[in-house]
Amino acid sequence: MTALLELTGVGKQFGGLAALNRVSLHINAGEIYGLIGPNGAGKTTLFNVITGLYQLDSGKFHFAGQDYQSTMPHLLAQAGIARTFQNIRLFANLTALENVMIGRHQRTQAGVFGALFLNRATRTEERASADRARELLRYVGITKSSQTLAKNLSYGEQRRLEIARALATEPMLLALDEPAAGMNATETESLKVLLHDIRATGVTVMLIEHDVKLIMGLCDRVAVLDYGRLIAEGVPDEVRQNPAVIAAYLGSDNE
Amino acid sequence: MEIFLQQIINGLVQGSVYALVALGYTMVYGILGLINFAHGEVVMVGAMLALSALTAMIGWGLSPLLALPLSLILAMAGCMLLGYGIERIAYRPLRHAPRLAPLITAIGVSIVLQNLAMMIWGREYHAFPQLIANQSHHIAGAIINDIQIIIIIMALVIMLALMAVVHRTRLGRAMRAVAENQHAAQLMGVDVNRVISVTFMLGSALAAIAGLMVSVNYGLAHYYMGFLLGLKAFTAAVLGGIGNLRGAMLGGLLLGLIESLGAGYIGDLTGGFMGSQYQDVFAFFVLIAVLVFRPSGLLGERLAERA
Repeated sequence: MTALLELTGVGKQFGGLAALNRVSLHINAGEIYGLIGPNGAGKTTLFNVITGLYQLDSGKFHFAGQDYQSTMPHLLAQAGIARTFQNIRLFANLTALENVMIGRHQRTQAGVFGALFLNRATRTEERASADRARELLRYVGITKSSQTLAKNLSYGEQRRLEIARALATEPMLLALDEPAAGMNATETESLKVLLHDIRATGVTVMLIEHDVKLIMGLCDRVAVLDYGRLIAEGVPDEVRQNPAVIAAYLGSDNE
Repeated sequence: MEIFLQQIINGLVQGSVYALVALGYTMVYGILGLINFAHGEVVMVGAMLALSALTAMIGWGLSPLLALPLSLILAMAGCMLLGYGIERIAYRPLRHAPRLAPLITAIGVSIVLQNLAMMIWGREYHAFPQLIANQSHHIAGAIINDIQIIIIIMALVIMLALMAVVHRTRLGRAMRAVAENQHAAQLMGVDVNRVISVTFMLGSALAAIAGLMVSVNYGLAHYYMGFLLGLKAFTAAVLGGIGNLRGAMLGGLLLGLIESLGAGYIGDLTGGFMGSQYQDVFAFFVLIAVLVFRPSGLLGERLAERA
């Protein structure tokens, strides 16, 4: 397996606080990769670095065979990284369908000229884009509410819509920030099925999750962060046994 | 009754112009949360450019029916370039600065443009050439002329087209997405800077059209014409609910009507104490009233919270 994403010695400072301290990890193409750690361990910071919301202060960022010095979000999105948010950030006043079509934005072309003259290429593209968006909505299980404004969808549907929107960008790496947050057991179970489906289509999945059981049951490999440092990485069973991880979660005696 | 109908017609014509300019304010506000106070000057530059182009083309012996649309296109292109430049120079470097900073650069740009225009086109009023036979029509005692009819229809068509662009196209969808959540839009691969530039250019193109409309209607253009017009269009945008496109159109038409009816009747109402020269007072009275009683405007929703 080849590494799709490789971070080497990545650091991120906020004032005097090292939110990330020389973190090195790699995510292989085609795996489901979990990121866990106690609160404030730097999970979300790492996540924001990977999706370009934060620029890294030091270290190397390598994605899909390319090194990135500057990681502007829309460039990374074009390169094939898509994400969802812990607190849902849909376009509330756009319909479900339009939300997904925004995800199609970078895979379509029509510009000002097309918008003003609605030439045939533009109309064809728009129709194809809507078709693909409807397909994705069906795929994540939103069938009836494609014309509903995103803000009027149920919580579970909103979470799924975020995933559909992210998939619409045709990502190689789908990064999910606590996708199961606030879901009940049934919803979590069907999320698991969906993520396996997505991986089966060739998309690499990475997720942050508080639900350790979910992570351990779902992921091929898991990384553990504590105080901005990577303290363990490996298959779930290994990580579970790792003394540093146990100490981080339960507190160690010799401190 | 004739006066009433006449003032309605005048109000609709003036309101169409306000609406087009107000759209520029409201589009930029919707996306950036910024009042582009230089927008009025863009209208003025549009009028001046059109006037210069028109004079030159007539000089070359072009037929007015050809010269008029050509100079409109030239003015629109010039204003789009100007709008793009204003955003690049005065607003983009301050994107993350406190809100007061871009407001001040906006006023700065406005002063620069006025003075540049004064240097280029002089301080005097320019008469706009009378190009097409401007026939008057009588309806129930009121008069409406060809130019006024063209203005109302053109404004209507442009507004409908703009709504279609915003609600039915990829570009419009991107604009609405950026307006709602810049970060999320960016993460979905939308080039936010590009969308913002295009928004300024669209608004400026509308401003150029409005500029030409005003000058043709009154037969005059002047380097200072953008100031009051800009303020009134801003009032119209606030009246309709700033950030809301339909609001800007409604606000523009309403403000035009209020002004013109107010000017038509103020003499009678005050027993001749005040005359129609008080017309401008109405716009700002409306602005104050809206800000006091309904700051979100007629169609405005509670402002979406920003992350």
